[in-house]
Amino acid sequence: MTKALGIAVVLIVVCVGTSLQAPAFMSTANIQNIINWTSLFSILAIGAALVIISGGIDLSIGSVVGLVGCTMSLLANRWDVPPGVAVLLVLLLAATIGLVHGLLVTKLRLQPFVVTLCGLLIYRGLARWSTGEATQGFANERFDGLREIVGTVTLPGFEALRLPIPFLLMLGLALLVGGFLHWTIYGRYLLALGRNEQAARYSGINTDRMVILAYVMCSFIAGFGGVLLSLDINALQPSSFGDTYELYAIAGAVLGGCSLRGGEGSILGVVIGTALIRVLYNASSMLGISTSLEPTTIGVVILLGVMIDEIVHRISARRQRRSG
Amino acid sequence: MTIVSNPLLSVQHLDKRFPGVHALDDVHLTLDRGEALAVIGENGAGKSTLMKILAGVLLPDGGQIVLDGKPIRCASVHDALKHGIVLIHQELNLADNLDVAANISLGRETHRFGLLLAKADRAEAERVLRLVGLDVSPRTLVGRLTIGQRQMVEIAKALATDARILIMDEPTSSLSQHETETLFNVIKSLKDRGVSVIYISHRLGEVRAVADRVVVLRDGKNAGALARHEIDEYRMVSLMVGRDVSKWYHRQPLPLGETLLDVEGLVTPAHRRHRLSFQVRRGEIVGVAGLVGAGRTEMLEALFGITPPLAGTIRIAGQPATIRTSRDAIRAGLALIPEDRKLQGLVLEMSIRENIGLPSLFRTRRAGLFLDAAQERAGAERMIAGLRIRPPLPKKVVQLLSGGNQQKTVLAKWLLLKPRVLLLDEPTRGVDVGAKEEIYRLLEQAARDGAALLFVSSEMQEILTLADRVLVMHQGRLTAELSRDQLSEEAVMRAATGQS
Repeated sequence: MTKALGIAVVLIVVCVGTSLQAPAFMSTANIQNIINWTSLFSILAIGAALVIISGGIDLSIGSVVGLVGCTMSLLANRWDVPPGVAVLLVLLLAATIGLVHGLLVTKLRLQPFVVTLCGLLIYRGLARWSTGEATQGFANERFDGLREIVGTVTLPGFEALRLPIPFLLMLGLALLVGGFLHWTIYGRYLLALGRNEQAARYSGINTDRMVILAYVMCSFIAGFGGVLLSLDINALQPSSFGDTYELYAIAGAVLGGCSLRGGEGSILGVVIGTALIRVLYNASSMLGISTSLEPTTIGVVILLGVMIDEIVHRISARRQRRSG
Repeated sequence: MTIVSNPLLSVQHLDKRFPGVHALDDVHLTLDRGEALAVIGENGAGKSTLMKILAGVLLPDGGQIVLDGKPIRCASVHDALKHGIVLIHQELNLADNLDVAANISLGRETHRFGLLLAKADRAEAERVLRLVGLDVSPRTLVGRLTIGQRQMVEIAKALATDARILIMDEPTSSLSQHETETLFNVIKSLKDRGVSVIYISHRLGEVRAVADRVVVLRDGKNAGALARHEIDEYRMVSLMVGRDVSKWYHRQPLPLGETLLDVEGLVTPAHRRHRLSFQVRRGEIVGVAGLVGAGRTEMLEALFGITPPLAGTIRIAGQPATIRTSRDAIRAGLALIPEDRKLQGLVLEMSIRENIGLPSLFRTRRAGLFLDAAQERAGAERMIAGLRIRPPLPKKVVQLLSGGNQQKTVLAKWLLLKPRVLLLDEPTRGVDVGAKEEIYRLLEQAARDGAALLFVSSEMQEILTLADRVLVMHQGRLTAELSRDQLSEEAVMRAATGQS
C-alpha cells in the first residue's frame, strides 16, 4: 500500500511538472487520451500481475493480444460469425491458451519464461499466417454496436469530460481482481504460494490448480484487453499489433509493486504504475523529447523506481529488526 | 586441570552491541592447542555473535582477541583465514554444481596465467579428504554427496587452508547418528594433529561426547564453564537457563483411547519394496527413530499426501481414508509439522496471523469463496495466546521471530484445525532448550486433548523423553517397536542400524 502511495506521488509530480512546462498536457482531449490508454494497458498489467504474484511470468501477452485481434476480425469478416459470438470465441481461445501455459508450467514443470516465450513466438506467427499479413479492421457497420464499448460516456454533472468506457471496464476488472486477491481464500493461496510454493502445498493448498488459474486469468484478461485494443485501434497490422505490450504490462506491474520473486503486489499499485508509464510516454512527447528516446525515459524511470523501492525496503527491514 | 599459561587463543572483555541488544557483555574465552571446546547457550545467548567475531564476519565494539600471545584483528573473513580461523556454517557453503576438488580449492585455485591446473587441486583435495577419512573421488559433484559427506568436504576445505581453529556451528543438525560418530572421530584426529575445535550445539549429549571443556553463555555474558569431568546434562542445562532445573522434562503417560491412526501395508515411493503397518491411539505419543535416510520423513509425507503412497490402507478413527493430496489428508483429520520450517512450514514473509490461518481458511470460508477475516483473526489470537508466541502480535512477519516462536507458529497453524492425528517431523530442530520444553508441553497437551501423535526425531534424548512407544526404521523398513519399558538407547540404536 505504501508502495502504491509512493508511486502515486511520483505520478502527481510528473503530471504537475509536465503541465507547467506544456499546458496542452492538461487539455481535455489529452487527459481523455491518457485515461483511455492507461485503462487499456492497465487491463493487460492486471493480468500480468496475477501471474507475477504466483511467482511466474507471462511473456506471451502481446502476442495473445495480436492473435485475439486478428482472429476476431477473421471470424467476423471472413466467416460471417456474429461479432458478439466472435468476441466470446476469442475470449475462449485466450483462456485455452492460458490453460495450456498453466498445464505446461505445473504438470511438466517447465519454466514459465520458456513456456510463454515460445507462446510469444507461436501466437505471433499464427496471427501473421492466418491473416496473410493483411491489415485487419472493424469498419463494417456490423461492429458499430460492439465498438460502443471503446467509446465514451459522460457522467451526469461532469458534461465537460467524456469518460472512456475502457476506464470503467478497467475499474470493474481491478475491483474484481483486487477483491479476488484480498477477500477470497484463493487470492490468499495465490499470495502464499507465490512466496513459498512448498509451504503452501504443505498447508493443504492445491498449488498446481492455483497456478493454472493464474495463467488462465492472465491470458483471459489479455484476450479481453486484446478485444478492446483491437476495436479501439481498428487497423491491425498482424505483425506488430500488440508487439511488446507484454513488456509494458510487466513493467507496469513491477513499477506498481509486484516483485518478480512472487507473492507481492496490489492491484491499485499496478494501475498507478501503468498510469505512470502512459503519462511518461505522453509527457515526453509533450515536452518535445525525441520520440526515439521514449523507451529510454520509461526504462530509466522504472529502474529508478525499483532502486528506490529496494533501498526503502532495506531501511524499513533494518528498522523492523531493531524494534523487534 | 591446570590452567595452561599460554593458550592458543584468548578472548578478553569482548563486547558487542546491536541496537537494542547487548549481544556480548565482557565475554572471556580461552582455547588450547588440540582442544575441543563446546560453547553452549540458549538461542540469543550470544554464541553466534561470538563466533562471527572470531571468524571476522563481525567487528567487536570492545575487548581483544589474542592468538599465540599476540593481539589480532579480524576485520574480515579473509583476515581470520590468514590467522587460521575457519567458521563452518550451519548452512553449508558449497557449490553443488562443482566437484569436490573445485570446492576445496575454491578461491585458491592453482593456476598459471589464469588457466586452472586442476591436477594439482585434485591432488591437494585427495590429501585433505584422507585426513577427514572421506572416501570419495575429488571429481564427484558435491550435489551427489549426502549432507554428512558435504560436512566432511567443508572440514577438508578448512584443513586445506591450514586451519588451526575450526569453529563448527551446529554441525550435526542434519547428520545421522552414524555420520555424527564419523564427525566425532574426525574431530578426535584433528585434535591429535594439534587443531583446535570450537563446537556449538544444542545437543547436550553430543557436547558430552565431544568436548574437553564447556563454556556456557547466557544473555551475552559468561554463565560458567565446566571441565571435562564436570560435563553432564544437568549442569549444562542449569547454567544455560540460569535456574536449577530439578529434572529434565519428564512426562506421565496418558490413558490411551481408541485407535486413531491405523496404517496397513503402506508403500512409499522412496522404498517400494517395504510395507509399513502400525497404529497410534488417542492420547498416545509415538516416536519414530532411525538414521537419516531410513525413510521416516518419506513415511510421514506419504501419510500426508505430499508424495502419495503407492499402496496400503490408512484408517483414521476407523474410517478408511484415500489420501492423494495434502488437502485430502487435512480433510481426513491429519496434520503434518514438516521437517524444514522455513521451507515447508511457514511463508516467512507473511504475518503470524496469515501463517496460522493458511490451512484452515477453507474451513471458515464464506459462500465457498470469501475469506472470513474476523474468524482468521480470532483464531490467530487464540493460538498466539494459547501457545504463548512471542511477540504476541498477529501482524508480525514470522521471519523476524526466533526459531522457537517460528516453530510454535507452525504448531499453532495445525493445532487450530484440531487434528485427530498430528504428524511431526523433527519438532524441535534448531530451537533452544527453553522453547523445546514448551513445545514438549504443547505436544503433551495435544495428546491430552485427544489427538494421536506420531513424531520423527533424530535426537535420542527427545525419543527417550517424549515417546510412549517407539517405532524404529532402517532402510525403509520398520525394524522394531519398543514399548516404554523396552525402551533404551541401545535398543533403539541396534534396530536403527539394522542389527536385531
